[in-house]
Amino acid sequence: MAKHKDGVNVRELINEKKTTLNTNRLIEAFIPKFLMVIATISIFTTLGIILTLLFETVEFFKAVPFLDFFTGTKLKPLGENAQFGVLPLLTGTIISSVIAMAVAIPIGLMSAVYLSEYASDRVRRILKPILEVLAGIPTIVYGFFAFTFVTPILRAIIPGLEPTNILSPGIVMGIMIIPMVASLSEDAMSSVPNAMREGALALGSTKLEVAWKVVVPAAMSGIVASFVLAISRAIGETMIVTIASGSTKNFTFDITQSMQTMTAYIVEVTGGDAPAGSTLYYSLYAVAMTLFVFTLIMNLIAQYISRKYREEY
Amino acid sequence: MKYVDAAQVQKKMNSRLTVNNIAKSLFLAATLIGLVVLVILFYRVISQSMGWIDLQFITNKLSTMADRAGIMGAIMGTLWLMLVVAPITLFLGVGTAIYLEEYAKKGRLQRFLQTNISNLAGVPSIVFGILGLTIFVRAAGLGNIVLAGGLTMALLVLPIVVVASQEAIRSVPGYLREASYGMGATKWQTIKNIVLPASLPGILTGVILALSRAIGETAPLVVLGIPALLIPLPEGIFDKFTVLPMQIYYWTIDAALVAEYANLAAATIVVLLFILLVMNSIAVIIRNKFQRRF
Repeated sequence: MAKHKDGVNVRELINEKKTTLNTNRLIEAFIPKFLMVIATISIFTTLGIILTLLFETVEFFKAVPFLDFFTGTKLKPLGENAQFGVLPLLTGTIISSVIAMAVAIPIGLMSAVYLSEYASDRVRRILKPILEVLAGIPTIVYGFFAFTFVTPILRAIIPGLEPTNILSPGIVMGIMIIPMVASLSEDAMSSVPNAMREGALALGSTKLEVAWKVVVPAAMSGIVASFVLAISRAIGETMIVTIASGSTKNFTFDITQSMQTMTAYIVEVTGGDAPAGSTLYYSLYAVAMTLFVFTLIMNLIAQYISRKYREEY
Repeated sequence: MKYVDAAQVQKKMNSRLTVNNIAKSLFLAATLIGLVVLVILFYRVISQSMGWIDLQFITNKLSTMADRAGIMGAIMGTLWLMLVVAPITLFLGVGTAIYLEEYAKKGRLQRFLQTNISNLAGVPSIVFGILGLTIFVRAAGLGNIVLAGGLTMALLVLPIVVVASQEAIRSVPGYLREASYGMGATKWQTIKNIVLPASLPGILTGVILALSRAIGETAPLVVLGIPALLIPLPEGIFDKFTVLPMQIYYWTIDAALVAEYANLAAATIVVLLFILLVMNSIAVIIRNKFQRRF
C-alpha cells in the first residue's frame, strides 16, 4: 500500500474526492430545480389572485345579473332592495384618476424635460432624490395631508365644496404620481442620443425647440408608457381616496361632491365585516375583479408600448 | 445681392430665445413644485405634532384618552411584521432572481416569469389584501395575526426584491465567474462564493427598499382587518397586531370625534417618516459605500 508522505492512505483520498464530487453533482442537479420551484411562487401568487377573485365573482353574478352590475347607476349594498350598480364606483374612480392625471402629466412632463434637457449635472443630482422622497412617502400620509390641509384650503377657495370631496384627493394623488411620470419620462428622454440634439442645435434650434420637436417625439413611447402606468397607479390608489373622498355612492360628475372609488368601497366592505356568503360579501370580489382587470390591462398596454415602440438608436 | 436680412434674423432669434428662457423657468418651477409640497407637508405634520411627541408617546400603549395614548403597540407590531417579511422576501426574491439570471434558459418560461413579475408589481396593493384575506386569514384560518399580515406583505413587495437582485446579479462581470470556473468550481459554488457576495450590496438595498414599502403600506392591512385599538402588545408572530400606518388611519378618520386625534396622527406620521428616512439613508449608504464598480 502506497502511503502519502503525511501518512494518509491514497485510496482514502481518492474515495474522499469521489464522495465530494458525487455530493457536488447531487447539489448541482438539485439547486436549479429547487430555485425553479421558488421562482414559480410569483406565478402562483398571480394565479391565487385570479382564482380567489374569479370564484367569488362567479357567485356574485349568480345573485346579480351581469348587466345590472355594469349598467346600474345605483349602489345601495345594505338594507332591503339592495342594488349593486358599479357605475357610481367607476365614475368615482375615473374622475379621481382624471384629476390626478391633470395634475401629474403636465407637471411630471415639464419636470422630466427640465431634468433631462436643461438641468446641469449638479442640479439634477439634487433634484432627483427630492422627487424620489416624494415617491417614498406612504399614501396614508398623503391621505392625512389631503384631508387636514388641502381640503380646508380648497373649501376656502371654492364655496360649496363638501368636507369630503373627490377634488382634493384627486389633486393630492396627482402630486404623489408626479415623481413616477417625471422619472420614467426622464429615463426615456435621456436615452435619446446626443447626436440628434446636436443635429437640431446645429441647425439653429433653441433648447426648447430641441426638447419639444426632437427629444419628446423621439422618446414618445416611453413617455406614453409612463402616463399609462401612472393612470394604473391612480386607479389602484386606496388610502388617499378612502380618507378624503368619503363613502357617498354618488353617481355624479360634480367634483365638489363626495364620491366613492372602487378601492374605497373594498375598504368599506371589508371593514364592515360583511357576513360570508352574502351578496354584499361577494360584491367585494366583483369590484376587486373589475379593479384588477382595469389595472392589469393598463399595465399590459404600458409594457406593450414600451417594448413594441422602443426606438433603437 | 443680400440673401439674409440680418435685422429680421436677429429679431426672430431674440423672440425664440425669449420663449426658450420663459419655458426654462416654467419647467424649473414645475420641478420645484415637488420640493414645495414636501416642505409644506413636513412643516404641517411637524408643527401639528409639536408637544405630542415625547418619550411617553413612544412607550405608552394605545388608549382612547388622547393624552395618554402611545404607539408602543404599533412599533412592536411593525417590528414583528418585519421579522416575517424580511426573511421570506430575501429567500424568495433572491432565489427567483438567481433562477432567472443564472439557470433559466432564454425562452418562453423565462419571458413568462419576467412578464408575470412586472405585472405583479403593478397590481394594486389592496388586491393583495383581498388575496391575504381570502387565503391566509380565512382559508388557512390564521386570523388577522402577524403571520398572515407578513405573508401578504411579503408577496406584495416580492417583485421589488426580485428586480433589484436581478440587476445586482447581472452587474457581476463575467470574468469573475470565469475565474471561478477556471479554478474548477461548479456552477452553484461559483454562485454561492462569487456571484452572491459580489451582488450583496445591491440585494440588500433592494430588501431595505422593499421593507420600507411594507412599513408604509396601509391598504392591504385594512382589508385583512387589522385592528387599531386596545389590543395587547404582540409577543410573537401568532398574535394580533397593529402597525403605525393603521394607527394613523384610525386617528385620522376619528379626528372628527376627538380633535386631539389629528395631533396624534401627525405625531405618528413624524415617527413613521423618521423610520423610513433612516431606512432609506441606510440603503443609500450601502449603495454608495459597498457597491464596487467593476
